[in-house]
Amino acid sequence: MAPRLCALCDNARAILKRPKTGQQICKECFFYVFETEVHNTITQAGLFHPGDRIAIGASGGKDSTVLAHVMKTLNDRYDCGLELFLLSIDEGITGYRDDSLETVKRNQQQYDMPLKILSYDELYGWTMDRIVSQIGKKNNCTFCGVFRRQALDRGASMLHVDHIVTGHNADDIAETVLMNIMRGDIARLGRCTLICTQGEDTIKRSKPFKYAYEKEIVMYAYFKKLDYFSTECIYSPDAYRGHARVFLKDLEAARPSAIIDIIHSGEAFEVKNEVKATQKAQQTCKRCGYMSSNELCKACTLLEGLERGMANAGITDRARKKLDAEGPAPENLRTIPMFHLPSSSSTGPSTPISLEAPA
Amino acid sequence: MSLSLKIEFGGGLELLFSNQRSHKVTIPSRMPSGQGSENERPVDLKYLIFWLKDNLLKERVELFIENETVRPGILVLVNDTDWELEGEGEYQLQDGDEIVFISTLHGG
Repeated sequence: MAPRLCALCDNARAILKRPKTGQQICKECFFYVFETEVHNTITQAGLFHPGDRIAIGASGGKDSTVLAHVMKTLNDRYDCGLELFLLSIDEGITGYRDDSLETVKRNQQQYDMPLKILSYDELYGWTMDRIVSQIGKKNNCTFCGVFRRQALDRGASMLHVDHIVTGHNADDIAETVLMNIMRGDIARLGRCTLICTQGEDTIKRSKPFKYAYEKEIVMYAYFKKLDYFSTECIYSPDAYRGHARVFLKDLEAARPSAIIDIIHSGEAFEVKNEVKATQKAQQTCKRCGYMSSNELCKACTLLEGLERGMANAGITDRARKKLDAEGPAPENLRTIPMFHLPSSSSTGPSTPISLEAPA
Repeated sequence: MSLSLKIEFGGGLELLFSNQRSHKVTIPSRMPSGQGSENERPVDLKYLIFWLKDNLLKERVELFIENETVRPGILVLVNDTDWELEGEGEYQLQDGDEIVFISTLHGG
C-alpha cells in the first residue's frame, strides 16, 4: 500500500487515525494538535492564572505522566508562568504503588518538577496492605478512594497549592457518566462532566484532558517514548467501572465519537431544583476540619471503624449504628491531623491565561 | 518459507506474555490450508493475532482476543503506524515487520 500523507501538512507520512475526527495525520502534526487542543481546553475554561501554583496528581501511570509532560510543554511554550509540582499519594500497596512511585521519581528528574509524596501511613496510620489484611478485598476500594481524595487535598495544602490537576481523560469521564446514570446518582452526574470542581472553600480540581481520548494519550506516550507504569492494582479492581469501561470500548469500536457524545449527554442533563434541594449542605468535619456533608467526614468515619475493629461502620448504616451503640469514640482514638486550607498563593494578575501565544 | 517479526507488548499486555515486552517470532509466510498447497494466501495480521494466542500467550486469552480480533482498547501499530491506517487485520505481513500491541485498559 502506498503511504498516505498527513491530512494536515500534506507532507509527511500519516501514522495515526484520530478517533475524534477520523483524520489521518503525521507524528509532528499529532503532537502539535494534541498539545494545542489541551491548551485550548485550558484557556477556554480559564483554568489558570499566571503565577498559579499547580499540583499535578501523579500516579506514574500513562495519563498523569502525559499530563505532566504536556503541562510542562505548554507552560514553557506559552510562557504561562505556572509553578508546577508533582503530588503523589502512596497508598502503601507493596508490588504496585512502590513500583509506580519509582516512575514518578524518574518523572521528577525528567521534568525538573518538585515532587511531594504523601503516604496513607503517615496521614491515617494505615497502609492499604494493612487495611486489606484486616477487612479483606471486598470494599477496600471504598477506603482507598475516600482516603486518596482527602490525601490529595492535604498534600496540596502542604505544598501551598490550591489547584490540583488530574489526568482524567475523555474515556474516564464518559465511563463515569454511564456509571452515574446507571446508579441514578444525580448529584455526581451533574458534577462529573465539569472541567473544574470547587466546593465552598476547597481546593480546585481540574481535568485538562477532559476532551482527550485515551487512544491519543497512549499514542502520545508511545511516540514520545514517555516513561510510565502500567500494572493493575493488585487488590480487587473496581468491577463496576470495569463493566462500564468494556461497554464504552465496544461502543467506541463501533463509533469513535461515542465517547464525546456521552460526555455531551452528561453535560446536557438538567437537574430540577427540587432534586438539587435534597442534597446535603457542606460543612466541616468536627474531628479533622475537612469538608464533609456530615458531622464526621467519610475518612474519619472509615478510620474510626478501622481503629475500633469494626471496619464496616464506614460502609453500611447498620454497621454504623452498631458502632454508635458501643458508645462514643474513645479519647485516645487515632485521628487525622486537622486540615488547613492553603492560603491563597496567587499573587499575579487575575486574568486567565489568554489564548495568544507570545509573539 | 517463513517470516521473522519483532513483537512488542506494552501498557500491561506484556503480563499475558510471560511478562516480557519484546519477542522475536518466526511464523509461516503462507496461511495453512486444509486443501493442499495451492491458493495459500500470504499471512495477515489477523493470522498473527491467533498465532500469538496459540504460541506465545500464557494466560487470560479473554484479555487479548474478543470477537475474532484484539479486544477493544488494545492499540496496534505496524512499523510505528496505527494499524487503522494499514487495513487492520487484513494487513499483509512482511518479513522484518515490527508489530506493537499496547493495552489502554490499565490505570492512569
